Amino acid sequence: MTIHKPMPAGQVGRSLPRLESREKVTGRADYVHNIRLPGMLIAKVARSTVAHGRIVSIDTSAARQVEGVFAVYTGEDIRKIIPEPYYGPAFHDQPILALGKVRHVGEPVAVALARDAHAAEQAAQLVEVVYEELPAVFDEVEAMDSKAIVHDVLKPAGTFPDLKHLHGKKNTNIALDFHLRRGDVDKAFAGAAHLFEHEFHTQQVMHTPLEPMVSLAEPTRDGLTIHTSSQSPSFVRIEIARLLGWPENRVQVKVPYLGGGFGAKLYIKLEALVAALALLTRRPVKWSLTMEEQFYTISKHATTFRIKSAVDAAGKITGRSCAVYWNGGAYADIGPRVTQKSGFTAPGPYDIENVAIESYSLYTNRPPAGALRGFGIPQLVWAYESHTDLIARELNIDPVEFRRMNILREGRPQATGTAMKDAAIDLVLEKLAERMNWSAPFDRGGGTVRRGRGVGIGFKASISPTTSVAFVNIYADGSCALYMSTVDMGQGSDTAMAQIVAEVLQVQAESVRVIHPDTDVTPYDMATLGSRSTFHMGNAVKLAAEDAKQKLEAMARSVGVPEGSNLETREIFKKKYGMQAGNVMGVGSYIPGYKSPDSVSGMSDNITPFWMIGGTGVEIEVDTETGHVKLTKLVNAADMGRPLNPRIVETQLSGAAIMQLGFTMFENMEFDAGQVTNASFADYKIPGIHDIPPAIENHIVLAEQGGGPFGAKGVGESATFGVSPAIANAIHDAVGVRLTDLPLTAESVLRAIRLKAGNPIGD
Amino acid sequence: MNQHAKAISFVLNGSKTEMLVQTHENLVELLGRLDLYGARESCGQGLCGCCTVIVDDVAVSGCLYPAAFVDGKTITTIEHLDHDVQLSPVQQAFIEEGAFQCGFCTSGFILMTHKLLEQKPMPTDEEIRDYLAGNLCRCAAYPEIINAVKSAATKMART
Repeated sequence: MTIHKPMPAGQVGRSLPRLESREKVTGRADYVHNIRLPGMLIAKVARSTVAHGRIVSIDTSAARQVEGVFAVYTGEDIRKIIPEPYYGPAFHDQPILALGKVRHVGEPVAVALARDAHAAEQAAQLVEVVYEELPAVFDEVEAMDSKAIVHDVLKPAGTFPDLKHLHGKKNTNIALDFHLRRGDVDKAFAGAAHLFEHEFHTQQVMHTPLEPMVSLAEPTRDGLTIHTSSQSPSFVRIEIARLLGWPENRVQVKVPYLGGGFGAKLYIKLEALVAALALLTRRPVKWSLTMEEQFYTISKHATTFRIKSAVDAAGKITGRSCAVYWNGGAYADIGPRVTQKSGFTAPGPYDIENVAIESYSLYTNRPPAGALRGFGIPQLVWAYESHTDLIARELNIDPVEFRRMNILREGRPQATGTAMKDAAIDLVLEKLAERMNWSAPFDRGGGTVRRGRGVGIGFKASISPTTSVAFVNIYADGSCALYMSTVDMGQGSDTAMAQIVAEVLQVQAESVRVIHPDTDVTPYDMATLGSRSTFHMGNAVKLAAEDAKQKLEAMARSVGVPEGSNLETREIFKKKYGMQAGNVMGVGSYIPGYKSPDSVSGMSDNITPFWMIGGTGVEIEVDTETGHVKLTKLVNAADMGRPLNPRIVETQLSGAAIMQLGFTMFENMEFDAGQVTNASFADYKIPGIHDIPPAIENHIVLAEQGGGPFGAKGVGESATFGVSPAIANAIHDAVGVRLTDLPLTAESVLRAIRLKAGNPIGD
Repeated sequence: MNQHAKAISFVLNGSKTEMLVQTHENLVELLGRLDLYGARESCGQGLCGCCTVIVDDVAVSGCLYPAAFVDGKTITTIEHLDHDVQLSPVQQAFIEEGAFQCGFCTSGFILMTHKLLEQKPMPTDEEIRDYLAGNLCRCAAYPEIINAVKSAATKMART
């Protein structure tokens, strides 16, 4: 490396392949899955068979007799290590193993340990639990005033500043209720030329990362090392230290690559149990979930969204009320943040003077729900963009034109009152219209195959206020390493961050070594979530690299190297230390500004450091005899500022859209008395290679994010936003029926077609 | 190892190998004991392709394949493809086309692509989709995977 040299070909904006490409194509990439330690025990849990019940007794005697079983533990055993064994990012509501009560089918009740996974599994199946069943509540709207109360006591975690107001409502199932009022929505409704009111639903779905969740804890001399497939190593350390009453420095959390995350591996999942078990047994303990068990661990919120709009005679939306009910399942996880952060965008990317929002995070007796690629935004966009399309159709205005008339433009206040900045909503809409050839005549098909097209556009605020810290270490030979706790789960963060370091230090991105999260070594990061890393960690990395560069320049001056010299870095170190020795350590820390929404009005003039904008347009064919919908064209457009690595960004767009295609067309956790009846890939279909439309386009609109590293911002979720409503709108366009519940299965399409034809299909 | 263990021998990535296996042990578990982690158990039902292993020239789901069945057989895993240090044309094409994100399913896709190109050196899009229909990628790198297969076919045709 040299300083004061002209830049090499721009490192930022280069589409270099992922740094770890070779490891991934040779099967040698590091996953927690690969780790086997001497003396390691395998954990398998016994899970609740009822949705809500008091535990009358747990008999582990038969389980203990299985050959090779090391131990069988229940919640009371955990208490010997952790007296208050409740964890969670929003509420400390989730017991490590059930205590006294179970709140959903599949809740861990006891754990068996053995050297051999088969022995542990057999033992877990022999744990006998007697329950006294309690009335259960499964539906989010019923949970609002149900007599079945999931939690008798609520303990807010108080961890995150944006959730500091959290308290829950005693004797209800409401974990958080967010309210926003801007202008006078009742007056707007009273004076409206047109009123529209609809209700939409989304179903519970699962992330299904192909690497199922896995954690391994090993006791060390005076603490614990936890290897875990986690998106949030810093949070895991803090939470485990809190549970154990230890200082942070006794807990080390290490994360290699993740085989997918999508929000499933956030905050704390398996880590608390393996930590307790490692301390109870003084052995390394590994717990790997099966695909089936993942469905009982975390999921995406099912929702009910009631939306009402007032529109004036000119087609301008003058008022909108939104009531959103989030089915959080038995434990809050990060549901309250989803409820609030997404809640305040519920009216959509439209310029509406009068707005009222209610958003409720509800406990039910289903498996817990948390964040899934979009933090609740796709559920909202599903409703508001379906609603928008319905209004346009009713008013006989072209759906794209109706959006143009109402879109939230730069500088205008969003529902919270925060003025829109660097939010290219209009550009995304126009890009869709252009690529869909929207103004040209459209072939509508004929006979039993009808064609239609539709668009959907959404926006999302970033999670704020959150902190990222990075170190850049320059070694004495001029090579360098980046130390950060951002987790590369496939999104390409190692590569993008190396590009930032390379741009600042004027080296090749491929030469930057990225040190993976290890809380003994890499500094704090809030988490890899909500598309926050590019902006937050990107800024921290840029600051760290700049700091390292300045320190190196100062070192050069201190040894008499003249300004503007081309002296190689290794020579500067040699002059300083007399040999190849020493380090230059750059440090960068970043936290953007933020103002909490007012507790009464929900207003804030600084609700987010940046906005993510994504839209999708589709063309489809509907078979009117079967209800089968075939996607023939999928166009995604997004504003992600200036892309650091355009190629990786495009694959993030198409990957996100295809994932959302699964949630739109077929994915659905089906329940019977709280039990998931399709918790496996045999019955729960995710998109395969045959589900990919023949034409996919991904477009990055030309924009720049102020305050973002080299003008960049996050992108991992943006292409999920518009997919579901675009398809429902296209179905309406093709065959004149409106579906308001996801998923849009052939059966539901056919039922709607037959109902409209006056020839309904019986149940 | 208990009384159910069985002694087997097989050729693994070109080397003769002898192991004691349990009757309930599957091929992924056996490979894990041999420090080969490229075949991975994900769905556990033979539906996702993450555990793909080539046994006597046939692609099998290692999570469903009893380890004891490889007795006397020849096994090839993803780790063997660059045994001469060079990446295979398929591996190169997957890198160039960006045909993976998290990488967890990649071993299976690459092994299946090798099998496909052995049978059909210049597959059509439809043939690619049909052959790879048993492999799932939750990151949905499918468009890039299809491009990579075609690019690999072209590379191999040139050599």
